Amino acid sequence: MRRLPFPLAFIAALVTGALLLAQGTPPPAPLVLVSRDGRRPVPTTMLSGQELIALDDVANLFQVSVREDALAGGVTVGYKGRTIVLSSDQPMASVNGQVVALPAPAVHAGRRWLVPVEFLSRALAPIYDSKIELRRASRLLIVGDLRVPRVVARIESPGPPTRVTVEATPAATVTVAQDGPRLMARVDADAIDPTVPTAGAGLVEQIRAGDQPGTLVVQLRGGAGTPRTTIGSFDGGTRATIDVPAAGAPESVSAPPPPPLSTDPLPPFAASRPVLQTIVIDPGHGGDDSGVKGPNGTLEKQVTLDVGRRARTLIETRLGIRVILSRDEDRRVRLDERAAVANNSKADLFISLHANAALVPTVSGAEVFALGLDREGEEARRSAQTDSVALPVLGGGTRLIDVIRWDMAQAAHIEESSVLASMLEEELRTRVPMGPRPLQQAPQRVLVGANMPAALVEMGYLTSAPQEKQLTSVEFQTALTQALYEVVLRFRTYLEGRR
Amino acid sequence: MTRRWLTAVVVAVVVVVAGAWALTRGLEFLMRPATEAHAPATEPQQPSTVPHITATLFYTSEDGRYLVPVRREVPLAEGTVEQGKQIMLAQLEPATAPLVSAIPTGTTLRAFYVTDRGEAYVDLSPEASTMHPGGSAAELLTVYAIVNAVTANLPAIMRVQILLDGKEVDTLAGHMDLRRPLQRNESLVQPEG
Repeated sequence: MRRLPFPLAFIAALVTGALLLAQGTPPPAPLVLVSRDGRRPVPTTMLSGQELIALDDVANLFQVSVREDALAGGVTVGYKGRTIVLSSDQPMASVNGQVVALPAPAVHAGRRWLVPVEFLSRALAPIYDSKIELRRASRLLIVGDLRVPRVVARIESPGPPTRVTVEATPAATVTVAQDGPRLMARVDADAIDPTVPTAGAGLVEQIRAGDQPGTLVVQLRGGAGTPRTTIGSFDGGTRATIDVPAAGAPESVSAPPPPPLSTDPLPPFAASRPVLQTIVIDPGHGGDDSGVKGPNGTLEKQVTLDVGRRARTLIETRLGIRVILSRDEDRRVRLDERAAVANNSKADLFISLHANAALVPTVSGAEVFALGLDREGEEARRSAQTDSVALPVLGGGTRLIDVIRWDMAQAAHIEESSVLASMLEEELRTRVPMGPRPLQQAPQRVLVGANMPAALVEMGYLTSAPQEKQLTSVEFQTALTQALYEVVLRFRTYLEGRR
Repeated sequence: MTRRWLTAVVVAVVVVVAGAWALTRGLEFLMRPATEAHAPATEPQQPSTVPHITATLFYTSEDGRYLVPVRREVPLAEGTVEQGKQIMLAQLEPATAPLVSAIPTGTTLRAFYVTDRGEAYVDLSPEASTMHPGGSAAELLTVYAIVNAVTANLPAIMRVQILLDGKEVDTLAGHMDLRRPLQRNESLVQPEG
């Protein structure tokens, strides 16, 4: 082995010494490894804002080999014939020949090699037999196929009644039991990744992780009555809603607090019902198709996306109904693709959002469209009502399948879409100014292929300067969002009544 | 043989002369409406040797909400196709204030033809889409200004399909389905009076 010249060796020693001094900074909280064998802390250290783990510790934890290549200035990590090559020069690793990025290069400090903790999830995980998941925010390193749902507890309103929600993602069985002045929320999982509020509010003194694995404790204040718990689901998760009334309050006094986006009273929480599980909201235009451009430069594609996102948040949060946006970014989506998103996700409702234009700048107001059918559409509708095809099924026998042209799917839902459009018009009318034709039927292209009740909302005229200003305001968008939310509630009731 | 040859020459000359005359008259016939269409409907028409029909064309109302039917003199033409062209050429002319044209400025007629099923195809230049302000309301008025103008004046035509640059299109501005011929829409029309 060739020896380093004296000046270089001296400099290397200085650098190493500096690094050794620097790595004395402990992380803000220990990283905890969770596996079938239990939980154990993993030693890490902070260097220049980067959290590092020693490869010696990685070797012990994961049974990997570590071999230094002094000539190349790097280190090789081996596991069952698979290799990871790291260098102290580049913030990357070669994983079985594939290059993956790391937030910082490996650090050679004395006899030890230190690597960013992301090495575990980005470089080691691809070659390791068990799943490795790093959750930096919650300081968890999950090894193996474990169910470790994220559990988020919130105090939604101080009340009384004080409303607490406990959401587990992905879905898991959640039970809530009372033990004196405490409520114990138990999540059926191998472990939980909890997030709790920093302070109590209302009749809740504190929410904290329980001593037993998979539990949260809600500590109640004196004066709290008997809590009422509802278990429901939302997109990809389970939600427990706990209402804590004041002691002595009648059970019926459980009027929920108003939603933050509106002064209207919030309807009681209800678990999602099969009748209305998924909604697609379609923010019109996008990408190089900006839609209408207002006199002050506001683009329709941005307004529709803003309102779509607001509506998704409100409906998912309050109703636990899955809401899919046909686009959640500034990109062009073909009109057929928008309906396909709804059809493929078996959505129960499709609402397309747009902003209008007129050739005269004085026109303003919201307008709602349902699909209008011409003769061909009427024929498709009649066909949908009468035609069915018997198809053979596995195991023998046949099954009747309704058949309708794919490009006329909406024809089978004209009546329900008409009801939906009327509800939209009614709810919008109480909140925002309406246009000259508030409720219309027209051959709206985006609605034609939607195989569910569907309507299109022109939220206002961007070609009107005052309305352009409204359409970009939080207040106006909130009013529109609230109208959409109320329509979803009403339409769910309508569908339930038709069963 | 010589007599047959002479006969053929005479026939050819007659055909060429007749064709040239027809072409000259035809061009003259086609050119006239463009200048006459500029004249507002309310103004007295210039005396002309070309016979006219009174057609109903459709423009956006002053308040921007409706289609307003306006009677205009349009050159008479032989047959549904030629008459349809004349009507569309007149419809594409700028509107007389205070009315506003529902069709974007710069849009021209590329072709007009009909099928034996009573459907007309109006082939417009791309400006009908590229210069369109967008929005369902404006697009509705554009589409039905064209559909109504054709169906209101040509009794044989029941439905109209709009093409752009010779091709079928989904929409003009992202809203109205243009993949099939459309029927007349009276609900957008402001009643006369």
